Amino acid sequence: MAHDNLTPSPGYLEWLPIEYQDLVNLGPYNREKKPKVTDMGKFKEIIEEHPMCAGCAMTLFIRLAMIAFPNPEHTIIVGTAGCGRLAISQASIPFIYGNYGDTNSVASGLKRGLDQKYPNQPKDVVVMAGDGGLIDIGFQGLMHSWFRQERFTTIMLDNEVYGNTGGQESGMTAQGQVLKMAPRGKVTGKIDAMSLAKVAGVDYIARIAPTNPSRVARTIRRAVMIAREVGPTYIQAYTSCNIEYAIPTGDVMQDAFDMEKERYGFEEVISDKAKAYLDEIEKKPAKKAKK
Amino acid sequence: MSDSKLYIKEMPADWVPGRDKQKVVSPEYMFHEAPREQVFITGSEAAREAIRRSNVDIAISYPITPQSETMQQAGYLYDEGYIGEYYRAEEEIGTMSAIGGSSRAGIRSLTATSGPGLMRGMEAISSWPGARTPLVLLNMCRVINTPLAIQPDNIEMSFLINSGLIMLHGENQQDFYDYTMAAFMISEQVDVTLPVSVSVDGFFVTHARGNVKMQADDLKLPPRDGWRSAVPAMDNENPPARISRDAPIQKSNFISYHMHASWQQEVFAATERAKKYINNYLGGIVEIINPDADVMLIASGAAVSQSREAVRQSSELGIKVGLIKVKAIRPFPKAELREACKNVKQILVPEFNQLGWLHKEVCSNLFGFTDAQIAPGPRVYGGMTMPTEMILEWLEEGRKDKPWFFQDPF
Repeated sequence: MAHDNLTPSPGYLEWLPIEYQDLVNLGPYNREKKPKVTDMGKFKEIIEEHPMCAGCAMTLFIRLAMIAFPNPEHTIIVGTAGCGRLAISQASIPFIYGNYGDTNSVASGLKRGLDQKYPNQPKDVVVMAGDGGLIDIGFQGLMHSWFRQERFTTIMLDNEVYGNTGGQESGMTAQGQVLKMAPRGKVTGKIDAMSLAKVAGVDYIARIAPTNPSRVARTIRRAVMIAREVGPTYIQAYTSCNIEYAIPTGDVMQDAFDMEKERYGFEEVISDKAKAYLDEIEKKPAKKAKK
Repeated sequence: MSDSKLYIKEMPADWVPGRDKQKVVSPEYMFHEAPREQVFITGSEAAREAIRRSNVDIAISYPITPQSETMQQAGYLYDEGYIGEYYRAEEEIGTMSAIGGSSRAGIRSLTATSGPGLMRGMEAISSWPGARTPLVLLNMCRVINTPLAIQPDNIEMSFLINSGLIMLHGENQQDFYDYTMAAFMISEQVDVTLPVSVSVDGFFVTHARGNVKMQADDLKLPPRDGWRSAVPAMDNENPPARISRDAPIQKSNFISYHMHASWQQEVFAATERAKKYINNYLGGIVEIINPDADVMLIASGAAVSQSREAVRQSSELGIKVGLIKVKAIRPFPKAELREACKNVKQILVPEFNQLGWLHKEVCSNLFGFTDAQIAPGPRVYGGMTMPTEMILEWLEEGRKDKPWFFQDPF
């Protein structure tokens, strides 16, 4: 949504809901400098009020991601059933909420369609779905979109559980974890989606916990930019479920730090082609040569 | 092997896609005025020629017999530049989801499948109408497993009937050609904005040859305008900003009951509004032969051809039999059938499926509007052909005092 599309005809703005007025007047669009994650609270975010649980790490990650999108006015998000969509659907970014596990197939058709319709205006397609939505029911679509080298970003909001349906184990749940439908502890291990992405030839792969907002922002930006110009990208983000994992609200961030240390450390895998592209777009202004 | 022929074709810089050389004409000109030439081709080839003239932006499908014959030809059209984008999807859930995605981008989208593939894609297919995605689904009918078979049988259409799609059912190669082109135009009307399925009976139509009158291939239908739509394209170019929040769709738990109810009502109202376009582009939603006959055959698809022959052979015996060809299953030509059958004494419904879904439609729509007895057949299924003799036998039985098919139990 470009700012002029968002702006109503003269005289109408005052009749629109206050949050819409705020988006027009105080949103991230049409500014000289795009707001950063460190500016949170100082501008109207793309995401509106949301119904997520208190202390939800997933919500923090989604907010950071939306601030980080390089071009939110030309971004379309595709999601599926799960907690994430409750927040994502409150954003001023078109959100396609389809059937169970259809995200990467929908995104394939959508992205190719948008590329054809707007050959001169890059449209960024971002899949944001849960671990179950992608690795269980959406597995086939996920893998094939990678094999086909579809140019969009897939972000897995990995809370290691089916949160929205009440706490059942998923393919991304760790071995031994006791959850609903795993009354004796999950028998098999967490699916190694990172390795699957590597095998499938994904150009940018990152595993991240939301412990460092600027790093989250950089990772999102890299993934979206590489998807635009090079090939498929994948971010696997630890976004704990404090309800099903009984993490006290005040300890959610501590849990993220602990998990990061234990088994969810930051990892980036970048293909040569993507690396060359990143070098090009992230090149710092040349410093004075030292002698 | 050293002389490997593996390659990915690069189009030369001066390549002009086929459809860039075609001239856009209005649907009215294309369907009613443009001169036509007759050719003798298979149904799959007829579909290909319809696609060539339909200005299609993307075609996505997964191979299945008997559909694959058509969709691999769509691949050649893509190679010639008559289709903008094309790929073989991972399977039908992927196919039907992807084509829903491309339609949301605002481009003209085509897919096709058959029996088991339709079943596999059904979750995605049944969500298209609610998402108000204009697109065309070609459905080359085939038995649904089990036991495994690839034979023609249109039982799968019964699963589409209440999904909210517009459903056309073609009799022959000419219909497959005409209905496919018309389907795009019907689908994209603002007051329709719905997917349209064009079903034909597999093999009988797809793999057999028939006469098809076609317009010149340098003509094409106007392109899709994704914003001229009841629900505009999801391309992030349309206010209101929060499409999911401000418009009453895609809200799951948050959608109010009455909002969801009215959304459903609107989908089915839109199928009814499509009727005027079907009447215009297809020259009527029904075709009636011998409207004053006491005995009427009501049929759709390939069963119409056998019924035509039964009408002709009956007339040679000096017996007048009528025929109503039903071109659309959704919207169902309720008013037209009630009018045509108000004085009819007996109705037979020949079908290519075990269930008798057309019989059920006819019964429920004519109940209270005719005194005619409605026979549950004749029907063939599992891949059988329907000999004209079978219809003639049923007609003869119907002339007896107490035909067996009106006896209880049947």
